[in-house]
Amino acid sequence: MNELTTEAEAAPVPAIDAVPAIELCDLRKSFGTNEVLKGIHLRVAERQVVCIIGASGSGKSTLLRCVNRLEEPTGGQVLIDGIDITHPDCDLDLVRRDIGMVFQQFNLFPHLTALGNVTMAQRKVLKRSEEEATSVARAVLERVGLSEKADAYPSQLSGGQQQRVAIARALAMSPKMMLFDEATSALDPELVGDVLDVMRSLASEGMTMLVVTHEMGFARRVADHVVFMDQGVICEQGPPDQVLGNPSTPRLQQFLEAVLEH
Amino acid sequence: MSDPTTMSQGELGDAAVPELYRSGRAKRNRAKRNRIITYGISIVLVVAVISAGDWSTIQQKYFDLDEMRAAFPDIVTIGVRNTIVYTIGAFVGGVAIGVIMAFLKLTPLRPYRWFATTYIEIFRGLPALLTIFLVGYLTPTALGVQFPIVFGVDSAGIIALSLVAGAYLAETLRAGIEGVPKGQVEAARSLGMSQGATLKTIVMPQAFRLVIPPLTNELVLLLKDTSLLVVLGTTTTTVELTQFGRNSFNESFNGSVLILAGIMYLVITIPMTQLVAHLERRNKARR
Repeated sequence: MNELTTEAEAAPVPAIDAVPAIELCDLRKSFGTNEVLKGIHLRVAERQVVCIIGASGSGKSTLLRCVNRLEEPTGGQVLIDGIDITHPDCDLDLVRRDIGMVFQQFNLFPHLTALGNVTMAQRKVLKRSEEEATSVARAVLERVGLSEKADAYPSQLSGGQQQRVAIARALAMSPKMMLFDEATSALDPELVGDVLDVMRSLASEGMTMLVVTHEMGFARRVADHVVFMDQGVICEQGPPDQVLGNPSTPRLQQFLEAVLEH
Repeated sequence: MSDPTTMSQGELGDAAVPELYRSGRAKRNRAKRNRIITYGISIVLVVAVISAGDWSTIQQKYFDLDEMRAAFPDIVTIGVRNTIVYTIGAFVGGVAIGVIMAFLKLTPLRPYRWFATTYIEIFRGLPALLTIFLVGYLTPTALGVQFPIVFGVDSAGIIALSLVAGAYLAETLRAGIEGVPKGQVEAARSLGMSQGATLKTIVMPQAFRLVIPPLTNELVLLLKDTSLLVVLGTTTTTVELTQFGRNSFNESFNGSVLILAGIMYLVITIPMTQLVAHLERRNKARR
């Protein structure tokens, strides 16, 4: 599908004994009587890239949204750098600064330019001066290849450009880790590559990433660890070659067949 | 229905329109006949109205240019000016009340929501005229409060119209706030922005943009509603446009100034309604 280079294979090996960047302990989430997450255990080490795959409705987006508590877990714990963020005393705004998030629908602020999108939180949250925020913003916009679009409004940008601005907006906060919620699912096929390129370069620079995706090529080449979710539980997980190349459960086999058929 | 032989006359050949989809000649002829009849009726009505009216009297009583000329400059410096002051005063008051009520309606705290709902239902349900009576007559007698003159107009009028406008604007503003996609709040919060900062810098600017057309519409309605203030029995310096025209009629039994007042309203409202239409077209084009 997309031209995927293989350089990113050289992802750093995570240290086993270090405190994980993200740790989910028996995470549960119900909407009314509908139990969407049924006790998830997952660890993401620092500098590690973990991809979550699975059919829609399997709970993978809900899992991701629980990591920065956009979704309130109904049970279990979420530890960020060892800090329990489900504790009532935890200052969420402080924790969220360190967790960048990229949404399927981009969610750029339509009343602000690309530059305004990237500087707003820097100024309101990190209290940076306008000058400093702008220079950081220009740097991250350049990094995603959009320095010439700084003054464009979201409505003047293509989907792929909007998503790259959204990534820049998150990066401007210098997050310790990034969450990607189907970042390429709303894009036209020819624009997917640009966004994946940015994500791959982030991974190769050692960013800790938890990625919900339907891009099997990306998962295979970039992930250190692949998690397959089905009906609210982790059904199978392991290194990408094993999970994607040699699935052991019938459910994953079925899923991969359906996905790769096209 | 119609006989197939009369239908096979299309110049492009019969294949172009299959049998089933033909309206047939009879239908087309009927439409033409109906059009002629309606035009005929309209012309007869217009002629009847023109010939029945006593046009020289009408001209004298309602379109007397000397009367109109004599109304200047007071009709502008007092009538138009006061109407605009009442409108802007009530709009500012209404937006202030509306924003507060909209926020109260969106809080998770039930008593606040009830309070806002009660307010909105009462002042949207009552006729504006009754509210004006209540504020203008009942409050001074019951509470002994005399309303002062502010900016050259009767503050009772501004307060009464603010109460009414506040109820309508609360619903408009609430719809605007709820019209901002949830993803906007999520994006802001995920960046570590507080609830307050999110509301102020992300939600409210977008909400106001969404409601500019309905808000302008409310302004036009409010402008017209200031004419209800005739019941306040305002003094010569605090009158609004309608009362100004009516006073002139009472003095001279000539309606020309009333007509002139009407023209003044249109001079203000038509550009505004055009602006609303323009804004709505632009909004539609953007999404």
